Amino acid sequence: MNILISHIAVPTLTTLALMFASTQKQVRTIAAGGMTIQLIQSLVLLYLFLQERAGGNDAAVLFTQSFAWYPSLGISFDIGVDGIAVAMILLTSIVIFTGIFASWEVDKLYKEFFISLIVLATGVYGFFVSLDLFVLFLFFELAVIPMYLLIGIWGSGPKEYAAMKLTLMLMGGSALLVVGILGVYFTSDIEGVRTFNILVLGQHHIPVEMQRIFFPMLFIGFGVIGALFPFHTWSPDGHSSAPTAVSMLHAGVLMKLGGYGCLKVAIFLLPEAAHEMSWIFLVLTGISVIYGALATVVQTDLKYINAYSSVSHCGLVLFAILMLNKTAYTGAVLQMISHGLMTALFFALIGMLYSRTKTRIITEMGGLMKVLPFLSVCYVIGGLASLGLPGLSGFVAEMTIFVGAFEHEDLFHRVATIIAVSSIVVTAVYILRVVGLLLMGPVRNETYHNFPKAKWFEKIATVSLIIGILVIGLTPLWLSDMIRESLGMIVDKLVLK
Amino acid sequence: MSLQELLLLRHEWALIAAVLFLLVLELNFSEEQKSKSILSAAILFAVVTLLGFLPAETGRTFGGMYVTDPIRILMKNILNISVLIVFLQSGSWLRTKNNYNRITEFYLLMLSSVIGVNFMISSGHFLMFYLGLELLTIPIAAAASYDQYKSKSAEAGIKLILSSAFSSAILLFGLSMLYGSTGSMSFDEMQFSMDLLQVLGFVFFFSGLAFKISIVPFHLWTADVYEGSPTNVTSYLSVVSKGAAIFVLVLLLVHLFEPLRQVWQQVIYGTAIFTMTIGNLFAIRQQNLKRFLAFSSIAQAGFILLGVIGGSALGMASVIYFVLVYVFSNLAAFGVVIAIEQFAGKLNMKDYNGLYKTNPRLSLAMMLALFSLAGIPPLAGFFGKFFLFTAVAESGYYVLLFIAVLNAVISLYYYLLVVKAMFINKSESPIPYFQSDYPTRIALSGCIIGILVVGFYSPVFEYIKQLCLASF
Repeated sequence: MNILISHIAVPTLTTLALMFASTQKQVRTIAAGGMTIQLIQSLVLLYLFLQERAGGNDAAVLFTQSFAWYPSLGISFDIGVDGIAVAMILLTSIVIFTGIFASWEVDKLYKEFFISLIVLATGVYGFFVSLDLFVLFLFFELAVIPMYLLIGIWGSGPKEYAAMKLTLMLMGGSALLVVGILGVYFTSDIEGVRTFNILVLGQHHIPVEMQRIFFPMLFIGFGVIGALFPFHTWSPDGHSSAPTAVSMLHAGVLMKLGGYGCLKVAIFLLPEAAHEMSWIFLVLTGISVIYGALATVVQTDLKYINAYSSVSHCGLVLFAILMLNKTAYTGAVLQMISHGLMTALFFALIGMLYSRTKTRIITEMGGLMKVLPFLSVCYVIGGLASLGLPGLSGFVAEMTIFVGAFEHEDLFHRVATIIAVSSIVVTAVYILRVVGLLLMGPVRNETYHNFPKAKWFEKIATVSLIIGILVIGLTPLWLSDMIRESLGMIVDKLVLK
Repeated sequence: MSLQELLLLRHEWALIAAVLFLLVLELNFSEEQKSKSILSAAILFAVVTLLGFLPAETGRTFGGMYVTDPIRILMKNILNISVLIVFLQSGSWLRTKNNYNRITEFYLLMLSSVIGVNFMISSGHFLMFYLGLELLTIPIAAAASYDQYKSKSAEAGIKLILSSAFSSAILLFGLSMLYGSTGSMSFDEMQFSMDLLQVLGFVFFFSGLAFKISIVPFHLWTADVYEGSPTNVTSYLSVVSKGAAIFVLVLLLVHLFEPLRQVWQQVIYGTAIFTMTIGNLFAIRQQNLKRFLAFSSIAQAGFILLGVIGGSALGMASVIYFVLVYVFSNLAAFGVVIAIEQFAGKLNMKDYNGLYKTNPRLSLAMMLALFSLAGIPPLAGFFGKFFLFTAVAESGYYVLLFIAVLNAVISLYYYLLVVKAMFINKSESPIPYFQSDYPTRIALSGCIIGILVVGFYSPVFEYIKQLCLASF
């Protein structure tokens, strides 16, 4: 069986199996088992992919398979992956794997929780493997809708408001996508039966005046889920109300659907309009980067801190994508992966701390390093990665992005880059502030000494994420090479215009 | 006229036979056995539905007054399936004390209405069309006032009969203009040009039909009638009567009124926007689920108009496909509402609070139905809506498409309100666990299977598309 099909089949089967489970123990075992298999096969996929590439197979996408679905409309279930997709799939597998362990102690409607969580993950996997715009869109919406229940039922705080806001904003984005996708479908100069296949559409031309209409639709449509200013407002509310694993998955993976879609659909299919309009969106993403970082500095709720810093970091992803060159693209994908791991680690740790302290307000806590050394050290590592310390993933990603951005020699891009770079300083401010207030200093409350130490499932969750961060930080070359090779197709189209 | 030609009316013969058979059968039931007609009617109608699927001759008879072709047969079959579901859902309501003595009468009214539906779809002449339309409406007005002890039900009956009399008058006025300018009522002989009288006649004709589909601004009767009628009649009104009118609209616009295309495209462009938007905005405020579903069905009618506007084979196919999907989704939603109304007598959204705790399966069914109506993948509604959108984009109306997708997001909001009530809100006294009778459960399961399967199983759409292409 094609390894990509089994990437969709395993979560689907896990979901089905969960429906028949009854006790909490069974549910946990099935969910953890299924996602462990998924992680292993993602590693196998990575190995096979590198193997193929080493063997000299330089096709644009590998492991392709195609099943005709609605032939009269040109819809077919086309799947295949390039280096970017492989990297994103691996990221998803790590985050969902750790997410299961981070939500080990969910006891309210646990079966429904894990089912919704894994349905969401299925949508994400489907999104990354599909080469057909219709199928891609189907999986995109499939990944969004379980969020409503996950936040609404298991969330905290103003969860109903947050769930509704998040769902409607993301669905608003996908409404724009419908217009964009159909526009691309009908205006490309294909003779005969039209097609939704991205690769085929990429070989055809779309009139520039049409591109000008549909590029903003597609870019904003995907940009909403990538927290593009001013459509980012769902993110702080949604992330802070969501339960731990959902925040992890959402900030870690779902927000990356935005960047991935912008790159592989909007810019790949509509390159001329991308050239013309990139400056508008560069301004917006520049605001995302700086505004997100500055907003983080004044937050006191741990989840809000992480949500706003995600806006800033994801803004950087879109910022890099709009630089329209290979180095910046590589940086963008690296940043997606790096931020995915980092933010998942943060949200996991916040959940673990919250289950002990029962508060997320940093000014009410302090001295956690003395009572919870393991979790605190993990937090520091995540923080250092976030502010871009060499040796960790954040440095590699941000460095590549800014090198790519500096390849432009005109004043506008230079200024934009300098402004974006300055966000790194702000990042250092808020990370060190949190670390100082939360972890250092005297223990604020005597009851803190009774906190249980990190449990085994908490250790699995945090350690796997830290391993990911370290691997990318210490040996980034294989990853950036893999990404770079896959970018040829997109960059060629940009230059050819 | 040969026997061969008479056999073309197979759907109608089967229905007439069912009516007669049911009448005779009822004579043999004693007072205690009255409820047996529920089962016999369901079985009879199941047979009628199955008969419809047998391969059939196509052609025309009665001097071109009656036309049958594969696409009309498909439409009739889709509507037959929905009537069967409605019949299965009505059992528990008919068994209540008030209705016990008039069970058969309900089925006779419904079956007569279905005969009207069939003749209307197969009409090749405006007289036949009008006959079918009236036969479709008048029995429903009687059925709408079936709950004779409720003043709202009587009100619904009167409102329905008055508004349809009014709309019939408008429609006839339009028809008379069309007759005056073309000199014929037969679809084959009518020749249209962009003559002003014909345009006026068309607009009146369209308005009359728009009453049946409840297109804004002809929707004002909808909410009150839907709320007052017995819920089973409401579901019939919202699916069968509306679906039939839409089918006829598509057939007539695409084929008969082709020369007036520019006119009707403008008319539909405007009404589609108003219908979607106003249906959606009013649905947001509804607390009573029957009114809620009434406005949601108005909004859905607006979406259906999107498929009509292009007047292409793809548009026609997407309309028929969407109605099929809508049948399953809407009847599943109504199925849950009916089950809860019969058990607990409650219809308000806040009564559904905490339903998932006590009735998980029913809540899941409701959620799937509403998500399908909202167009969430991987349910059938997603495919239906996407194909409608494809049809609009095909004809290049991108602004209309944009308004439509925004409306789809608004509609998601109010569907999520019901989901929120069932899954998230807490309640002191949720509706306790209950099991509805077998036919209701069978109907509901059938709808859910339809919702889950129709989208994935692409041959359904491909078949419809092929028939539509052939009809051009």
